[in-house]
Amino acid sequence: MSWFLGHLGLVASLLATHAYLAVVPLILGLALALPLGWLARRVPALYTPLVAVTGLLYTIPSLALFILMPLVLGTLTLDPVNVIVALTVYTVALLVRTVADGLGAVPETVLQAATAMGIGRVRRFFTVELPLAVPVISAGLRVAAVSNVSIVSVAALIGVSQLGSLFTDGFARDFLDPIVVGILASLLLALALDAAISGLTRLATPWLTVRRAT
Amino acid sequence: MKKIRTAAAVLLAALALPACSTANPMGTSTSSASTDSVVVGSANFPENELLADIYAGALKAKGVTVTTKLNIGSRETYVPALKSGEINVLPEYTGSFALYLNKAADVADEAKALASLKAGLPDTLTALDPSKAQDKDSVAVTAETAAKYNLKAIGDLAPVASQLVLGGPPEWPSRANGVPGLASVYGVTFKEFKPLDVAGPLTVTALKNGQVQAANLFTTDPAIKANKFVVLDDPKSLFGAQNVIPVVTKAKASPTVTAALNAVSAKLDTDTLATLVTKVVVDKADAATVANDWLKANGLA
Amino acid sequence: MNLLWAYLSDPAHWQGGAGIPARLGQHLAYSGVTLLIAAAIGVPLGLWIGHTGRGRLLVVNLVNGMRSVPTLGLLFVAVLVIGPRLQGDLAFLAPAIFVLVVLAVPPILAGAYAGVDEVDPQARDAARAMGMTSAQVLFGVELPCALPLLFGGLRSAALQVVATATIAASVSVGGLGRLLIDGQATRDYGQMAAGALLVALLALAVDLAFALVQRLVVSPGLAPARRRAPQIPEPAAQAA
Repeated sequence: MSWFLGHLGLVASLLATHAYLAVVPLILGLALALPLGWLARRVPALYTPLVAVTGLLYTIPSLALFILMPLVLGTLTLDPVNVIVALTVYTVALLVRTVADGLGAVPETVLQAATAMGIGRVRRFFTVELPLAVPVISAGLRVAAVSNVSIVSVAALIGVSQLGSLFTDGFARDFLDPIVVGILASLLLALALDAAISGLTRLATPWLTVRRAT
Repeated sequence: MKKIRTAAAVLLAALALPACSTANPMGTSTSSASTDSVVVGSANFPENELLADIYAGALKAKGVTVTTKLNIGSRETYVPALKSGEINVLPEYTGSFALYLNKAADVADEAKALASLKAGLPDTLTALDPSKAQDKDSVAVTAETAAKYNLKAIGDLAPVASQLVLGGPPEWPSRANGVPGLASVYGVTFKEFKPLDVAGPLTVTALKNGQVQAANLFTTDPAIKANKFVVLDDPKSLFGAQNVIPVVTKAKASPTVTAALNAVSAKLDTDTLATLVTKVVVDKADAATVANDWLKANGLA
Repeated sequence: MNLLWAYLSDPAHWQGGAGIPARLGQHLAYSGVTLLIAAAIGVPLGLWIGHTGRGRLLVVNLVNGMRSVPTLGLLFVAVLVIGPRLQGDLAFLAPAIFVLVVLAVPPILAGAYAGVDEVDPQARDAARAMGMTSAQVLFGVELPCALPLLFGGLRSAALQVVATATIAASVSVGGLGRLLIDGQATRDYGQMAAGALLVALLALAVDLAFALVQRLVVSPGLAPARRRAPQIPEPAAQAA
């Protein structure tokens, strides 16, 4: 496609910004969801309210969150931090339940064996529970990653420059090429993130890979 | 797990680093021309983006460091950013901006619009030289509608408007020279207002396919000629004079910046602007490329 | 917060064609139509794929792929391509509904397929042993057993449609999204907050409605599927 070839630099820089805006919330969101998910597991009474509240957060339309964020955070209107915080909210909303369920899927017998071996609670969480919950959490993280890539493009409606800007620019000029290139680039980015997270998961769960090889 | 944690820590650090170096747009500018840095913004329609690219190109040619933040949104969205200093330069239109700042402003002709604008600007902003180029709001109808109701001027709509639907940008019902202005100045009240876009493809399509019978289009829009739309006359100057004018943060209006932008205003007229917009919207050329070509051709870059 | 209450408590905002009830009605109408069309496509297709076992790879890859399509981009493409060929309001509504359907089909398809796929093979064998034909097995045994996951898919799709229908307002379609887009254009924070709140509440209501219908329709003999099992946000992810 000639438009694409003539605008490689533009697409590349928009892709980079887009990736940044999608990935940072993933990391922040995971960091926040881990303790919240753990809490939901530890205190059974909190599971339903936590999951319900976070589920509700996910239904807030992204455009609204982007625009209302400066009011809440006191940031300037054009600050990309608004987008990052909004996406972190969505990531946390998606992951809290996943983390809680992932931790819950660890067999009780394994936990008891660990305690019987003399492993303390905290060490048990980091060395036994969390690693075993990784496959489930990672599946949720992949969904969050892909969904974040799509939501970031909506920020073009408030002037944040990323792949979504190709959509608004193309639409304003009745020009399909930038829009199609933007869609394909987003798909590629989502695919890349999905593959990256799968790869990282495989690294983090060597015992699963060994089992498959035999 | 260790591998993951180190990898995650490295990723986090790498991603957090750029955040440490946020440029402060409200930083004081030094008097030396070569260290001026400005942020050029634009509204969310192609012509304004093009004008912003022209300003940015002219400033870059004079050694100013320029960052652009284009396609921000409607005036309601970018004016706060302009006031707070997040943006320092923006292409505006004398009459519209004056009315936005003061609903009772008199914008009947070029001189009055300019005076009203200068009077209405907050202390932190200043307006440089206006150009001869004007892009006005208008009420446009299809050739068929104009023939059917014998429409030449906006006032001709008064008897039939109650059967017709008006289309325009979502902010029109609250703008002084929008829907309320049509009613108070011309006595024209439509049956319904349909929020579309900023005189973009939605508006053109809606007008063409009959969703709306009258629509807000910009006078430099190539779609008017292409679709044989009729722009209704505005004898009472509801839309006023709309000269393109650079609005700049006072603290950033150094001699270099002022000279560069005034030079652009001196060379820009309506026909030129219309031609450039056609290149971007119809020929699908890049706004930045069209801007730079024009600047070079006029010795400004 | 005060802006939000100020907007909601103004009676003018509850009347007329641009009032809240009208927008709510439009939003429900678009969502309803979308779900009907998407279900009409997704349910039979998913049941067939689950029943015959053909096209399994298609389901998995399609669902994963569709999740990553940026809605805004697809919407703009649809309007630019389909819009000029239609007259009147349909010029913007049809592309919007088209995009919403395209996004709603994958979760429904996945739910239907997964539902049939997870049916206990012994139940299927027993049915065949009893002399049921293939069609009878599908409608008499597989479909009823598949209902929990099928409903999960419908519910997930419903939430997605209600949330995504808000973006359709950027191409001049009605619905609650109008409160967001118009509020953004005029920087009316109260209107935007009201829009956000109403969409969230609507999504909640739709979710509860589906839960209720599920309880009525799904046979009590089927255990309320795996409440403690890890739940990835969409049923589709389990096939991933």
